[in-house]
Amino acid sequence: MRHLMSPLDFSVAELDGLLELASDIEKHPQKYAHACGGKKLATCFYEPSTRTRLSFESAMLSLGGSVLGFSSADSSSASKGESVSDTIRVISCYADICAMRHPKEGAPLVASQKSTIPVINAGDGGHQHPTQTLTDLMTIRSLKGQLGDLTIGLCGDLKFGRTVHSLIHALIRYPNIRFVLISPEELRVPSYIREEVLQNNNIPFQEVERLEDAMSQLDILYMTRVQRERFFNEEDYVRMKDFYILDKQKMSLAKEDMLVLHPLPRVNEISVEVDDDPRAAYFRQARYGVYVRMALILTLLEITVSDAPDGKEQSC
Amino acid sequence: MLNVGRISEGYVLDHIRAGASLSLYRDLHLDETDYPVAIIRNARSSKMGAKDILKVECDPNTLDLDVLGFIDHNITVNIIKGGEIVEKKELKLPKEIKNVIQCRNPRCITSIEQELDQIFVLTDPEKEIYRCKYCEAKYKGRKRVK
Repeated sequence: MRHLMSPLDFSVAELDGLLELASDIEKHPQKYAHACGGKKLATCFYEPSTRTRLSFESAMLSLGGSVLGFSSADSSSASKGESVSDTIRVISCYADICAMRHPKEGAPLVASQKSTIPVINAGDGGHQHPTQTLTDLMTIRSLKGQLGDLTIGLCGDLKFGRTVHSLIHALIRYPNIRFVLISPEELRVPSYIREEVLQNNNIPFQEVERLEDAMSQLDILYMTRVQRERFFNEEDYVRMKDFYILDKQKMSLAKEDMLVLHPLPRVNEISVEVDDDPRAAYFRQARYGVYVRMALILTLLEITVSDAPDGKEQSC
Repeated sequence: MLNVGRISEGYVLDHIRAGASLSLYRDLHLDETDYPVAIIRNARSSKMGAKDILKVECDPNTLDLDVLGFIDHNITVNIIKGGEIVEKKELKLPKEIKNVIQCRNPRCITSIEQELDQIFVLTDPEKEIYRCKYCEAKYKGRKRVK
């Protein structure tokens, strides 16, 4: 039995297989419509997250399965003091697979150690959010046709943004990847990412403060939101929150085939006037998130669907 | 010159940094055993100037010495049997250490679920970096498990 705690839990080959399966689901959704009939997904969300929870639920329902769960710690036994280990032992009796979000880092890992069903980390504090990374990878692969030979601009809160950290970890495994890290001084990428991940793996990168200085080189621009909850001081947040605003004028500096990604929700960092630009891919990205979660559920449940992409039987 | 008698079976931990023997005594959980222990502090050393030495009389298979590699891999471990040194053990950084140091990340699950083991994993042997198994926070200080 496998769990998913980090995007690096899958090898590059396994990831390719998963993304290939997700692409096939996108093309032939009907083929997978009953693949999880009789199976139940438990969504154990100890903190609110409309988007991630609904995308998991949508994924399971699209596979013909059912969903159950809770959407905040207040409506779970955690409010009575139950440990994550005890909760997952009970949930294992009710469901076939579990997606867990928890404000404490490492909680899904604790759950996976006691679980008798596959556990998916659906976000643990500022630590990991592997299904967002899978979504990002699928979006890039589907719209660019490859995951290598790319210059990726990461913009905004690079200090606390876990999606950015996970994406860097995942992308450095592909050839000819180059990063442009665009952030104010206060929100620069943590030194361990710079030293242990980028420098140790000889990944070329540059750090800039002005978005305009980076636009023309980018194949992908990954925008992030400055999150109020990460700041201890409201004044700092107010100063930082509108540091970057992507608008039509800045888009005019970009390549014609550059893609704009965003894990959403966005606040002010992407002007709504950019939404109609064909390069704006963030709403399509949300749709890819459902396909890739469908592929993940099938893979972790080891469900086989015949007539798979390459014409052979697919072992998920 | 202080003389401490020989032990017939057990360990002599030599070349301990001067002053560190008492915390080592606790890290090896010797305070929880009834083994005869001699703690020698500030012994003269040609190599170190001053050093501490710990002598523990016990079955040589009973102590978990892995943690010593994490605390100070310059310590010399002599295994004694029949009053003689039968083996000098080389210390390596352990791949994992359990319940010796505590994660200080307030966002880590171990901060609210106290019954969980405090486990740190060696992620960079060259730079001797340990990270919390759960939240991957880097170990920075010497906050000990009580």
